[in-house]
Amino acid sequence: MSVARLPTGGQVGRDRTLRFSFDGKSYEGLQGDTLASALLANGVHLVGRSFKYHRPRGIMTAGPEEPSALVTVRRDAARSTPNLRATQVELYDGLCAVSQNRWPSLRFDLGRLTELFSPLLPAGFYYKTFMWPRTAWHQLYEPLIRRMAGLGEAPLLPDPDRYAQQHAHCEVLVVGAGPAGLAAALAASRSGARVILCDERPRFGGSLLCDDRSRIDGLAATEWVTAAIAELAQNPRVRLLPRTTAFGYFPHNHLGLSERITDHLAEPPAGLARERLWQVRAQQVVLATGSIEQPLVFPGNDRPGVMLAGAALRYLKEQAVMPGRRVVIVTICDSAYRVAFEMQAAGARVAAIIDLRPDPSPAQPDGWQQRLRQAGIAVETAARVLRTRGRGHVSAVEIGRLDAAGLPTGQRSIDCDLLLVAGGFVPSVHLFSQSRGKLRYDEALQTYLPGDSAESERSAGACRGLLSGLAAALQDGAAAGAAAANASGCAGEEPRFEIIEDSTAATAGRLPRAEAAVSGPKAFVDFQHDVMLKDLDLAMREGFRSIEHIKRYTTTGMATDQGKTSNVNALHHAARGLGKPVPSVGLTTFRMPYTPITFASFAGQARGEIFDPVRRTPMHGWAVRQGAVFEDVGMWKRARFFPRSGEDMHAAVARECRAVREGCGVFDASTLGKIVVAGPGATAFMDRFYVNDWSKLAVGRCKYGVLLRDDGFVYDDGVVARLAEDRFHVTTTTGGAARVLAMMEDYRQTEWTDLDVWLTSTTEQWAVIAVQGPRARELLAPLVDGLDISAAALPHMAVVHGTLRGMPMMLFRVSFTGELGFEVNVPSDQGAAALDAICEAGKALGLTPYGTETMHVLRAEKGFIIIGQDTDGTVTPDDVGLTWAIGKAKPDFVGKRALARPAMHAPDRKQLVGLLTRDPRVVLEEGAQVVDVPGQAPPMKLIGHVTSSYASATLGRSIALAVVAGGRARIGQTLHVPMPGGEIPVEVCAPVFYDPKGARLNV
Amino acid sequence: MSDTASSGIGMGTTLAPAWLQRVTPAARFVLQGGPSALAAAARALGIPDADAPGRCSGEGTTLTLIWLGPDERLLIAWLEDAASLGARLEAALAGQAHSLVDVTQRQVGLRLAAAFAADLLNCGCPLDLDPARFPVGSGTRTLFNKTDIVLWRRGVDDFHIEVWRSFEDYLVRWMAEAAQDFAPQR
Amino acid sequence: MLLIRCPHCGERPEPEFAYGGEAHIARPADPAAVSDDDWAAYLYLRTNAKGVHAERWRHTRGCGRFFNALRDTTTDRFIATYKSGEKRPEGLR
Repeated sequence: MSVARLPTGGQVGRDRTLRFSFDGKSYEGLQGDTLASALLANGVHLVGRSFKYHRPRGIMTAGPEEPSALVTVRRDAARSTPNLRATQVELYDGLCAVSQNRWPSLRFDLGRLTELFSPLLPAGFYYKTFMWPRTAWHQLYEPLIRRMAGLGEAPLLPDPDRYAQQHAHCEVLVVGAGPAGLAAALAASRSGARVILCDERPRFGGSLLCDDRSRIDGLAATEWVTAAIAELAQNPRVRLLPRTTAFGYFPHNHLGLSERITDHLAEPPAGLARERLWQVRAQQVVLATGSIEQPLVFPGNDRPGVMLAGAALRYLKEQAVMPGRRVVIVTICDSAYRVAFEMQAAGARVAAIIDLRPDPSPAQPDGWQQRLRQAGIAVETAARVLRTRGRGHVSAVEIGRLDAAGLPTGQRSIDCDLLLVAGGFVPSVHLFSQSRGKLRYDEALQTYLPGDSAESERSAGACRGLLSGLAAALQDGAAAGAAAANASGCAGEEPRFEIIEDSTAATAGRLPRAEAAVSGPKAFVDFQHDVMLKDLDLAMREGFRSIEHIKRYTTTGMATDQGKTSNVNALHHAARGLGKPVPSVGLTTFRMPYTPITFASFAGQARGEIFDPVRRTPMHGWAVRQGAVFEDVGMWKRARFFPRSGEDMHAAVARECRAVREGCGVFDASTLGKIVVAGPGATAFMDRFYVNDWSKLAVGRCKYGVLLRDDGFVYDDGVVARLAEDRFHVTTTTGGAARVLAMMEDYRQTEWTDLDVWLTSTTEQWAVIAVQGPRARELLAPLVDGLDISAAALPHMAVVHGTLRGMPMMLFRVSFTGELGFEVNVPSDQGAAALDAICEAGKALGLTPYGTETMHVLRAEKGFIIIGQDTDGTVTPDDVGLTWAIGKAKPDFVGKRALARPAMHAPDRKQLVGLLTRDPRVVLEEGAQVVDVPGQAPPMKLIGHVTSSYASATLGRSIALAVVAGGRARIGQTLHVPMPGGEIPVEVCAPVFYDPKGARLNV
Repeated sequence: MSDTASSGIGMGTTLAPAWLQRVTPAARFVLQGGPSALAAAARALGIPDADAPGRCSGEGTTLTLIWLGPDERLLIAWLEDAASLGARLEAALAGQAHSLVDVTQRQVGLRLAAAFAADLLNCGCPLDLDPARFPVGSGTRTLFNKTDIVLWRRGVDDFHIEVWRSFEDYLVRWMAEAAQDFAPQR
Repeated sequence: MLLIRCPHCGERPEPEFAYGGEAHIARPADPAAVSDDDWAAYLYLRTNAKGVHAERWRHTRGCGRFFNALRDTTTDRFIATYKSGEKRPEGLR
């Protein structure tokens, strides 16, 4: 048996011991232990070093508020979790934990030297000390500070575990499964409401788990808990979530819960998620989040062996661990007395109770004085702990009284190996505050309580200030649960409980919180950030008046524990120091998460191949077989080029370009957005939406459409076909498909409600195969089942319905290459078969697959723009030479009014031009800047930039498109592109490099 | 069908679980128009219009009509092909302002039938799928993580999902991943 | 994740919706008659209210309809939602 484990009692499984290691040393624990209780059972109190001064620290609490006992738990190199609170880590067989923030070892830590320099490291020291020289911050100070001060280390390997997320809905969410929460869940569930009950601990019951004296409905408290859980568990409309922290309360009763599924298991089942993040939408929320006991501030209050009194009680009752044999208790309230009785009864010697109150007895239950006398427990009233002694562990406390001047009198020393601190319980209002409920200050309890709710929410039990008495908490929870059920439309009834309370369980009494602090060396307020009382005093001396500013200057309450054990003491000390009432000093904000949440749980399942959809066209498999190299365009995978053996991209693209210019090429254009605009108002809609005039477009003909926003700038483009008088087939850019449809819907629904017109995306209905090149018609003619596709029957910019080898087809005579071209549209399921037929027929003609890179070169040779590459949201139609597309006679279209603004016609607007490098082998970099005066020293006067640039195999030289201020007037001029290797001279030319008359299209 | 990739990477491979199966109707249309056009279409189809949010009609027939919006319906035909059905509807709608668009191959149908179906859907769909809130026979457009879907509840644990074809692979992979927490011995 | 009452579909979760900017900014019926300054104001000037804000939403992944909402920008509380084209409800704060 471990040194501090009692032979009987507790709620631990004694049939089997669990082996675990801490800093490489092996220990034994029991099922039901936390790492903290198991370490205490083995007499291990020193578990970490503090953040700033590397002071030895022990286990101060038994719950999520633990500021000091932070450890790293390692399963393997990738599964290593830093900064876990040992008080929450459930023990399993084989658990391996290591301490943090020490080097080379926990007992001998060189970082401890920082404490020698602590006079140099006051609050705000980094604002003052490390300012000069400026460069030293990154090179010297920051790396040094990061190494010396800090927490555990995150693993460098990818996280191999799975994480899950799930949405859930309920009528009543109950947060916290202590007496109030259990009663609320029972009351709500009996109404038939859907109930979710969560608690961060592995077992439900809260404070009932360490209460073996009270009785509820004739049962011992723990038996009643078991019965309550059994009732809830057999109700199919109740979801019970132990090991689940409600970490965030978001608007409209939306709460984030983090469920830890496998961390407590020695061998987690393969494939099971490690954590699940629940996103719960609750009609009503009952917060039963309990209270947090506060420490007291006095010199040496951080020494290992100093522990919260309530924590010691939990270790004693839940895990049968006696954290010390000779105990001194310092308190400002009655809760310490129960702990004293229980410790004494379990065999410890309670040397003294140091009660800060001058006269604690009036509020205390009858019989306590007699019990104290019988037990031989001395009570020192109006006394304080002036300091602690001990190397690595507390061995004695020096107590005394303070005189009117605040000076100590009557000091004496009491030996002890455990100093329990009872600074009063403070309601846990974190979630209530996150929900934007208003907190109100309660003078009697000297703390903030929930005031007006902002959400459909109610607090119950200790978290709303009912700190004394089990009956009050239970009945309050029952009332809240019933009321929540009623508010959600279910008929809830408040159960009544028959309760016999433990007579020593009082927690009240006057709380002299403001006077409780004893200043002096190493009197810590924030244990995790090493903030001392004198740091707060310094901040106030330096003029900080608001607790928000004091917090930021001293960093009190800003550690990972968010000040659960420091904010209250800091606030009261600040109020006292500033001579103001507590409420007027302000209150720091409670933020999510309540306790730290892993990044992975926020990612959930969305990792790797399902992080984002990967969209593939119906002909994707064909492109794979052809050896395509793909590029991402939005979510689409598009074939970029098709290298043959030994080819790089340049060679492949050059070959593909030549094939299209000289013979024929085939290209998967399926990703282009397609929208059917249909209805009697379709023509009017198109006239108002696009710049073009659609009224004269004949059925069966196409037009290049240009879309502006109402600010006059080019937004999208694409070929539009008129399929019927009242039906258009609109194509958009690949990336613009969704946003163009959304913009169309916006105008249709909110501006032009006079039009009977409807929109339907058909992007994925059709597989689109572009067949381009002088031999394209020759290739397709035999495949289209007798359809006449001659120049006369199907001229450039025409569309016809037909079949291709029996497959339904819409055939467009369009070209984005400048060559004779067709786009074969077949229903998506038939895309692959249609493509196979075309490729088979194309064998004799040298049909060559080409990709997006070749498409880009071919269109650039023709000066066809790509939206988003040659335009950037500040480009007018005139800037890119598209004025011809505008229907001049139309009274209005989207963007027309803005185009009339003078600035849209300024002669120095950036206009699309071509650039030819003087050296034809030089290919400009896209994005490179253009200047007109060479040899400038920076900052140069920039007059434009390169938008597209390629090596053109057709032309045997490089070509580029650029937007240049007043560009069209500069045609023929020489400009310069400054690059790191020197300026590149370029000649400005028209942006059409190949077949400017379009002779090759109209054949 | 020469190209397996076109039918969705996830389907027909080891990823396709028994509880998630592709179901392929004969035709799909998006029908839009005013109340009289929608009523005329319903008469031609011989089923009631799905004329309220979340409503479906056609139960017991070979047609399923799902309310997508006040003037928008999704029509799924399980037997009649698109050419025949489209012609029949256009004839019935002659003279009525409307839009009828064949989307048979724009999307695919997946049948999700498992005891954990609603929980699995809730891994990516934030709707309240309690049978009292989203009863059998409901249908709606919604989302599953990063893809839009149309969700139709055929039974308490039996859903039909319509998704654009290029998002099917994503949806199937996502569900197979998430299902590990509900059916580890799948 | 907000809970938003679509005037057509009822309460639905925020991911189904797309925000659409301030409401009740009608596109001038005859843009040609509008001065440059007024057109710029139509395009760019918004109230950026602290408090009750009339704004557009679209139930994109639902019924697809645009609608308007009164939302308190300081609390995210929706005071009312109403169909596109309807007048802003009076007297609500």
